[in-house]
Amino acid sequence: MNTYIKSLFLFVITTFFLISCGPPTSKKNSNSKGAIAGNAAEKVYVAPGDHDSHYAFISGGFSGQLAVYGLPSGRLFRVIPVFSQDPEKGYGYSEETKPMLMTSHGFVPWGDSHHPDISQTQGSVDGRWVFINENNTPRIARISLKTFETEEIIEIPNSAGNHSSSFVTENSEYVVAGTRFSVPFPQRDMSIKDMKGNFSGALSFLKINQETGRMNIDFQIKMPGFNYDLSHPGRGKSHGWFFFSTYNTEEANSLMEVNASQNDKDFIAAINWKKIAEYVKNGGGKKVPARYTHNVWNDDTHNATSTMEKEVLVVEPKDVPGAIFFLPTAKSPHGCDVDPTGEYIIGNGKLAAQMTIHSFTKMLKAIEDKAFDGDAYGIPIIKFDAVNYGTLDQPGLGPLHTEFDTRGNAYTTFFISSEVVKWNVKDLKVIDRHKVYYSVGHLMIPGGNSRTPDDKYLVAMNKITKDRYLPTGPEVCQSAQLFDISGEKMELLLDFPTIGEPHYAAGIAADKIAPKTTKIYKLEDNKHPYGVKSEAETKVVRKGKEVHIYMTMIRSHFSPDNIEGVKVGDKVFFHVTNLEQDYDVPHGISMIGAQTSELLIMPGRTTTFTWEPKNVGVWPFYCTDFCSALHQEMQGYVRVSPSNSNIKISYTLDGDIPGEDDL
Amino acid sequence: MNFKILIITTIATLFLWSCGESKKKDNPVKSTTKKEVKVETQKKEEVTTNSTKLDLMKPTLDNKGIGPIKSVKLEAIDDKMVAKGKVLFKTNCTACHKVKKKYIGPALKGVTKRRSPEWIMNMILNSEEMLQKDPVAKALIAEYNAPMAQQHITKEECRSILEYLRTKS
Repeated sequence: MNTYIKSLFLFVITTFFLISCGPPTSKKNSNSKGAIAGNAAEKVYVAPGDHDSHYAFISGGFSGQLAVYGLPSGRLFRVIPVFSQDPEKGYGYSEETKPMLMTSHGFVPWGDSHHPDISQTQGSVDGRWVFINENNTPRIARISLKTFETEEIIEIPNSAGNHSSSFVTENSEYVVAGTRFSVPFPQRDMSIKDMKGNFSGALSFLKINQETGRMNIDFQIKMPGFNYDLSHPGRGKSHGWFFFSTYNTEEANSLMEVNASQNDKDFIAAINWKKIAEYVKNGGGKKVPARYTHNVWNDDTHNATSTMEKEVLVVEPKDVPGAIFFLPTAKSPHGCDVDPTGEYIIGNGKLAAQMTIHSFTKMLKAIEDKAFDGDAYGIPIIKFDAVNYGTLDQPGLGPLHTEFDTRGNAYTTFFISSEVVKWNVKDLKVIDRHKVYYSVGHLMIPGGNSRTPDDKYLVAMNKITKDRYLPTGPEVCQSAQLFDISGEKMELLLDFPTIGEPHYAAGIAADKIAPKTTKIYKLEDNKHPYGVKSEAETKVVRKGKEVHIYMTMIRSHFSPDNIEGVKVGDKVFFHVTNLEQDYDVPHGISMIGAQTSELLIMPGRTTTFTWEPKNVGVWPFYCTDFCSALHQEMQGYVRVSPSNSNIKISYTLDGDIPGEDDL
Repeated sequence: MNFKILIITTIATLFLWSCGESKKKDNPVKSTTKKEVKVETQKKEEVTTNSTKLDLMKPTLDNKGIGPIKSVKLEAIDDKMVAKGKVLFKTNCTACHKVKKKYIGPALKGVTKRRSPEWIMNMILNSEEMLQKDPVAKALIAEYNAPMAQQHITKEECRSILEYLRTKS
């Protein structure tokens, strides 16, 4: 009996050690879908503390934001608020950032972000800025890649569904914004059924200041009333040209899925922007009234300003002969992509089982030879055979977008057949195809829109994930899939979820950005009108019904932290300066009942939120971002008295007026 | 019978034991909380030392600290440097230090008589390493809880602050 019990005892202990806290290795293996080759995990593994080799800026789609990921790990680092309010960071809630979301329609708290594109120098991505367009209320934003913050948003007038945007030319001379929906130009009250011939499509060219990055609408081309879907700049030999895909050349205004799909061929519009820029420089074009906002962030004053612009320079195609041509392209093309050499212009014929590949060299010759097949609204249509290099027939179903490597290969996404197809542009031969999960839209190769794409990774961005992740109710994540494209065959390495719908992305080698990023804002350079540089300068000032609190924060207290004399009916402004000058020491602040959001304030920065107390009492505020071992102690109180009270404003810290000392 | 009890106890112990990592982590937090309370109650007295072995008011002029400053030669007080140091002190230091009164950090009156100039400058320029390795800095953080913030100022600026502090003896 004793022996029996003893062995049972040993058995229990042994079993326990075998099962307790063990890694679920066996489970992992049995769950593997087998689509991924053995060493894929190694290729995406970035050890704890190590850095990724690339940044990927993936559009947040209908979240209105831009998300920053690392490649190859697929780790999400930051969501940059651009077109939508972000309570996590106070963007669009703080007094300083509210002007960023002003439009000619008033304050718009949401946007639909689409196509990020990184600035370029001599045909290569340079890591200065990333641009992104807003589709719904047409806007283009510029984001600093030093601070990873939105620095500028400009609204695009005469435009609607700002979709064939925001792509930059090879020296960042221009970023373009083309309208997807044609509209009355300028807007007016008219019957919708009279659309044909009476609507126009605006293609806007925004000049970029090379020092500051500031954008300015140099000119708008008033094009026929088609839908301008996507665009890309020429490069190398075709630098100076821009190409836009069109659909709805039928000019239908209802049941578009049928009525805009009648023509077997639509167009790619080829625009010689250098010629038009020259024309405008010499006084060409006509200034017409327009209302659009131009919102600019200032890193010295820590404030954004919104200015309403009043006119825009419009160019009519007929006034610049020889600058604009139509290239017939099958059928309702979506993506319009240019290979790294600048020779091939590719129409991804969304509704055709065909890719149209035009030749830039042939195009120039055809223009010289006047090989035209009539015109559309006065714009010459180049004969298909005179411009076409070839077609890639039956490569898959529903081609949407193409990116390139430097070895002469193109990679095209097929939405309907859910695959990425690798093909050789010159030979027009399919080399490889790989399933994606599921319904892929855009794809991105780091440095994609440039002469020097990186031949290492490809990211496919999928609209549908269904069974790929743990379910989260009816709404499941959208996703990206990472491929290794360094070999002959594409190798699927990793799935990772994305925020919103990932409409395109821009990628760049990390070393072009990481060493230059901003660490802190220097306190001595802080020119915020309500900023203070020491606790001695903190104060509370009443101006009628407004109370302005000039407050500071440092690990781990606010100054002042006891405030009295505030009354019901007051509007209280908390102007809060983070006095820290060390990297990665932000503080947050929130006030009970404030109808804004918390603020997250970086070292050296001043930010403001407002609070309109409704009730008498003593109300606390506190730091929302764990800042030190004494974070829980980082709080203060505001006493709110009745509106008829005669208690005067007073403020203290540890019983003294802040900063009182024998200096 | 005894054995049965032993078995049950062993199994129970094992289950209490296993995956105990997270519980262990809780402990230091608890002890910090205790310490904070202690400091709170003693706040009004001008505490020099208690839980730590070092007397923080006792001069430690031989200790040069750890960091970029190896040797500082002090001469007659330079008024220009003092003026510059005062401005820098106000912006970078007064959120945590007062001259006369203990605040977040210790009162700085007489600090140049307690600490060597090198130690003071290293504490300003290299606080993170100092707080980990230097015995005086370690005793200070044990006493004051709040770590000395790194304010990213230059050596030259730091030297001006030192000059200013010399006038507060």
